[in-house]
Amino acid sequence: MNLVQAIQAEQIKSELPAFCVGDTVRVSFKIVEGKTERVQAYEGLVIAMKNAGIGKTFTVRKNSYGIGVERVFPLNSPRVESVEVLRRGKVRRAKLYYIRTKVGKKSKVKELIVSKKPEGGTEA
Amino acid sequence: MIGLIGKKIGMTQVFDDIGRLIPVTVVQIVPNVVVGKKTADVDGYDAVVLGAFDKKKTRVTKPYGGQFAEGITPTRILREMKGFEKEVNVGDKLDASILDGVRYVDVTATSKGKGFQGVQKRWGFGGGRNTHGSKFHREPGSTGQCTWPHKSFKNIKLPGRMGREQVTVQNLKVVRVDAAKSVVLVRGALPGPRNCDVLVRKAIKKS
Repeated sequence: MNLVQAIQAEQIKSELPAFCVGDTVRVSFKIVEGKTERVQAYEGLVIAMKNAGIGKTFTVRKNSYGIGVERVFPLNSPRVESVEVLRRGKVRRAKLYYIRTKVGKKSKVKELIVSKKPEGGTEA
Repeated sequence: MIGLIGKKIGMTQVFDDIGRLIPVTVVQIVPNVVVGKKTADVDGYDAVVLGAFDKKKTRVTKPYGGQFAEGITPTRILREMKGFEKEVNVGDKLDASILDGVRYVDVTATSKGKGFQGVQKRWGFGGGRNTHGSKFHREPGSTGQCTWPHKSFKNIKLPGRMGREQVTVQNLKVVRVDAAKSVVLVRGALPGPRNCDVLVRKAIKKS
């Protein structure tokens, strides 16, 4: 299967920042309308990540004028221009589907506070 | 018709330029050697004989090895391509770049063997209901009439060995031709198991 892996490796994006379930992110998504292209930003909470090799996806949930909106982005898609981590979340689950039924304070995710390492790296 | 011998490697997915995820089968194009040429004057038709997968010279019989000109390693597979549209000479090595610009291909391979199968799987019979007193479940049913013709006709669909036969899938889209890796990515599934030999030809019905 090495040849298959080589073809997949060509497409895997390495420049995207590492983000986890529970993080709040801003996704820049390229939208093609006829001949024009524009970049749309979508901001929300990452509630799930599905690992399916090259077709790996993540689900971003946000509240738009009182209505919950979820979008699934393929991580390695050329249409995902960038992913910016705005806030890291402290969660104990891999999938935050329970948030769909919660309102108010229970629908929030606590921020992950990481003690700074001596070298100045903020990685956990 | 342009065509090459290859090997089915497996399936994966690739993104196209507008971000759609496309299922593809990876076909490795092993080096194809032009073993011989048939001409209309001598043989009655024009064709190019391609060989692939080298074999030791000591392992081939003399009649088989005699088909290969001096300096050409005998190959396990020989396939004729009628009306090859590229000018080639005996001894030339062909790679995947021949398929550059080809948009659709037909792929021929031997399908996976399914063993002895009943009529529902083999021929798509509907079968009967399982409950409500039914005694007709997956049986083949009637195979003909009675006093006349007093026999079952030939070619009645019955249970038997299924699969492991030559299958051609037509009009498969070529997603990418990578001559450096010597692979062709073909949209969709191909017949046969992994590592089986396949014949990739330019589509005859679609261009």
